[in-house]
Amino acid sequence: MKIVKEAIAGTLESSDLLVKVAPSDTREIVIKSEVFKQFGKQIARVVEETLDQLSVKAGSVVIEDKGALDCVIRARVQAATLRGSGSEDLDWRRLS
Amino acid sequence: MKLRRSMLFVPGDNAAMLSTSFIYKPDSIMFDLEDAVSPREKDSARLLVFQALQHPVYRDIETVVRINSLSTEFGRKDLEAAIRGGANVVRLPKTESPEAIRELDTHVTRIEIACGRPVGDTKLMAAIESASGVVNAVAIATASPRMIAIAMAGFDYLVDMHTRRSDDWQPELFYARAAVLHAARAAHIDAFDVVYGNVNDDEGFMREVKIAKQLGFNGKSLIHPKQVYLLHRAYAPTQDEVDHARRVIAAAEEALRNGLGVVSLDGKMIDPPVLKEAEMTLQLAEAA
Repeated sequence: MKIVKEAIAGTLESSDLLVKVAPSDTREIVIKSEVFKQFGKQIARVVEETLDQLSVKAGSVVIEDKGALDCVIRARVQAATLRGSGSEDLDWRRLS
Repeated sequence: MKLRRSMLFVPGDNAAMLSTSFIYKPDSIMFDLEDAVSPREKDSARLLVFQALQHPVYRDIETVVRINSLSTEFGRKDLEAAIRGGANVVRLPKTESPEAIRELDTHVTRIEIACGRPVGDTKLMAAIESASGVVNAVAIATASPRMIAIAMAGFDYLVDMHTRRSDDWQPELFYARAAVLHAARAAHIDAFDVVYGNVNDDEGFMREVKIAKQLGFNGKSLIHPKQVYLLHRAYAPTQDEVDHARRVIAAAEEALRNGLGVVSLDGKMIDPPVLKEAEMTLQLAEAA
């Protein structure tokens, strides 16, 4: 899946996160989190896994986390990526 | 028998509520992709619900997803998210005919096959929100073997009926409540009463719960977590009712042990409906 335009998903409310994606030649991930010390590695792992599932090879992904659960991180990264890809058709098998 | 006193609405785009609503211990949690979510957030909410459904905290609680109507651009996508995410039940809003349920059933079967869920695993419920829905309630309730409940939804129904909600015994809802409840009982499925929208009015909420309970509804659809506790407390049997239920069951068990066909307690015959009611009383007491 290719990120072809800027897109965002999520919010800055507690237990949520804001994900911004934009086109880029390489895959770049920036994570800001109130709980980065405790959960930074875990958040990064979930973001990487989610992007891998969607076959995102390149793109800028900026995360502002407000203490979201893994399932929320997955969903918001998926939503931002799909919006950024301009794709209407979902392959649900890739989203588990 | 599955207890369905409380069905707590959780907006599908609210990450905080999706992450915490299980702690209030409603009998069912309903993730809403319909009215609670703005059109531009439908895609994101759908993914949020899809992911939340797979979270271990929801393994031990009945999960329901209210999808958008299948006639909208969102309905079928919502259904994919609900079934592939593992929702126990799909709730169809604004159901007016049995054909709508049969159409939904067909799509559910298609998706179950596609994602490897056993066919029939996903249950259905219909929300009745119009005069047409009330008139067709029996046909709707019996339209699919997947049906497990119907729910009365008051706001749209009252607009359709050119009236508004009153604060007393609510004559404007009486016919619809009775019709929906009879349809559910005839179909041997559960029935949910309307949402009470004023979350700051516990007294009004409890007045409405009393009406619903007395009519025979299994429970209500709820829009605020604090209503779960209030509702469960109202549906809890009294100690006298629990004591009597225990004596009924003990008498029935003793009669069974002694090979007696007729069971009596305090000179009154205990027939199957009395025994069933006693069992339900103990189940409610245990869950209270």
